[in-house]
Amino acid sequence: MTRPSSEAEYLARMVPPSVRGVDRRTLLRGALGVGTLLGAGGLAACSSDSTGSTGVPTGAVTGTVTVGSNQSDAVPKAAVQSYMDAFSKANPGTTVKINTVDHNSFQENINNYLQGSPDDVFTWFAGYRMQFFAEKGLVGDISDVWKNITGMPDALKKASTAADGKQYFVPITNYPWAVFYRKSVFQEKGYEVPKTLDDLNALGAQMKKDGLAPIAFGDKDGWPAMGTFDQINLRVNGYDFHVSLMAGKEAWTDPKVKKVFDTWAGILPLHQADSLGRTWQEAAQSLQQKKSGMYVLGSFLAQQFSKGAEQDDLDFFTFPEIDSTIGTDAIEAPIDGYMMSAKPKNEGAAKKLLKYISEPEAQLLALKADPSVIATNQTADTSGYTALQKKSLEYVKSAKSIAQFMDRDTRPDFASTVMIPAIQSFIKNPKDIDGLLTSIEAQKKSIFGS
Amino acid sequence: MASKRKYRGIDQLSTRDKVVVSFMVIVPTLIVLWLVWLPAIGSVLLSFTNWDGIGPLSGIKSVGLQNYRDIATIYPPFWPAIQHNLIWLAVMFLVATPLGMLFAVLVDRGVAGTRFYQTSIYLPVVLSLALIGFIWQLIYSRDQGLINAITGGTTDWYGDPNVNLWAALVAASWRHAGYIMLLYLAGLKGVDPSLREAAKIDGASESQTFFKVVFPVMRPINIIVLVVTFIESLRAFDLVWVINKGRNGLELISTLVTQNVVGEASRIGFGSALATIMLLISSVLVFVYLRIAMKED
Repeated sequence: MTRPSSEAEYLARMVPPSVRGVDRRTLLRGALGVGTLLGAGGLAACSSDSTGSTGVPTGAVTGTVTVGSNQSDAVPKAAVQSYMDAFSKANPGTTVKINTVDHNSFQENINNYLQGSPDDVFTWFAGYRMQFFAEKGLVGDISDVWKNITGMPDALKKASTAADGKQYFVPITNYPWAVFYRKSVFQEKGYEVPKTLDDLNALGAQMKKDGLAPIAFGDKDGWPAMGTFDQINLRVNGYDFHVSLMAGKEAWTDPKVKKVFDTWAGILPLHQADSLGRTWQEAAQSLQQKKSGMYVLGSFLAQQFSKGAEQDDLDFFTFPEIDSTIGTDAIEAPIDGYMMSAKPKNEGAAKKLLKYISEPEAQLLALKADPSVIATNQTADTSGYTALQKKSLEYVKSAKSIAQFMDRDTRPDFASTVMIPAIQSFIKNPKDIDGLLTSIEAQKKSIFGS
Repeated sequence: MASKRKYRGIDQLSTRDKVVVSFMVIVPTLIVLWLVWLPAIGSVLLSFTNWDGIGPLSGIKSVGLQNYRDIATIYPPFWPAIQHNLIWLAVMFLVATPLGMLFAVLVDRGVAGTRFYQTSIYLPVVLSLALIGFIWQLIYSRDQGLINAITGGTTDWYGDPNVNLWAALVAASWRHAGYIMLLYLAGLKGVDPSLREAAKIDGASESQTFFKVVFPVMRPINIIVLVVTFIESLRAFDLVWVINKGRNGLELISTLVTQNVVGEASRIGFGSALATIMLLISSVLVFVYLRIAMKED
């Protein structure tokens, strides 16, 4: 993996830990957790809220609430600080103590972290892994916080709910995966946005003629190609099957899954060759340099484009329709947010903070650091959004169902130790799909069965 | 213990000495037990379970030999990993180590600019891993790398599974040779110059002097170099991990262990089974080495 460039601060949040490098940055936890000392005079020991240990305090909260954050790069870190500061200011007598931990370490140590003495509130993602922690009793039920949350779409509430019907997660931002392209290239060459798989094939053939690699592709780190699989599966089999497959309830040897790989094998010649030695950054740069025409990735790809005109030139469309009975109303848009630990030391303040995080004010402060994501609260003011953000918002809003991402929708051990090698071997040899699926299914049974 | 010789064994020691001696024996033993044997045995025991790292130890369920069966039958990266480890060992042993020894001999003979060569060959050993990964990425990258830029080729050095192991081995040998050179150079400096003079007077050629006089005299260093090569090849991990986390043609047992145990994956039982297999393989080599070393003492 190349060293992350300073612009790539956001990406590490996306990357499954298993595909990232051995981390040499030391654990920053504790050392950097300098909370603001606003209202330090009133540091009472306990919260004096009126509702006791259950429910969201309606009155004032006091004391220190600790936050575990994986936003260790300078810009996002400052953003976290800014909305935590705003929370302290709004609640005099409350101090937010942020323990910033390097992304990699945070994710790799999450199991130990949650079983040790976790912070009251910590950063995490929606999806299977959130539900897994809820099931294991490692995180706190915040259904009562959700009763007071307004402006959050139902789809996001669903994404914050575990199997027991209770909520354990508060979303802050999300971002879509789609097919990205440069408007100027499409204009200059007279390309049109493909609506169906046939359109995509025709467009790809034309791009090849024009000397472009039709679809930029880089899977050295193993996870980016998972996104392509997700897109095709959502188009071929639809959202319900996708989720059920990810949850281990469907057989990978099912002809439906075979069709996904068959379809992918059909468009694989349109992908940039030798993808297994290329990072997503290099692939994104080929789009930026107009050497390739399209790229299936998350909107964080914008970080490889310089701010201003170049980012404005970036646009996206939804992955083309493959089966007209399935349509294109299922998309992928991973959600980032916060959870509460199982036994927070200051539950009142923790819940109030989670409520605050769901509000537009906090979310807009978070966007300042990373303009490639959008606020999850619908009432957030979008006047400051870039064109890409506005489009992302519309796109997410209009989707009927939203998947997270393969490594967030399934067991992380299955995603990293089975699917990454499996997809890479498919890219190497797209001919032996049956053998591949049999191998995946055998490993799936062993992992999900345990 | 008591002997009939003058030395009356432990009784001869004062109480204080006995206490000191027992501490000197007990403390290191405990440390070794705690840091080496306990984790090793722990791993072996865990390899028969499906523990995911969450929950108390009492909640661990035994699955018998299932992990081992899965590894051998349905885990595709395993057999390539074994093969790659063996190739790694062979290349280090047959190419990198002899190269390092050759460098040492040349530097020792005092070629012009010896210090410069010595420093530049040893430099890779000192560089941090992050930097090494970065340097080779610059050289090997398909689209932006040095090799392809110069030759105009499009070889996917890191991505093509038929090529990337060899690309990684070049990088590893680059590092290993420097290490061996330094070890060997230290040995060469310690060889009594009168031996060479004597050989010269007897009319031995340069190569005869080296192979028949210097090399045998350097036995202890040779054994150290051999052991270092074995150990370095078996724990080969870091460079491959920096390149692509040990996937797609670069599987090694050590990277498979890490992929399974470290991080969110937390297949502790499965990873422990892989680690146990690695332990067995190294034990065989250590055993063979000890046999040889003991015999010759």
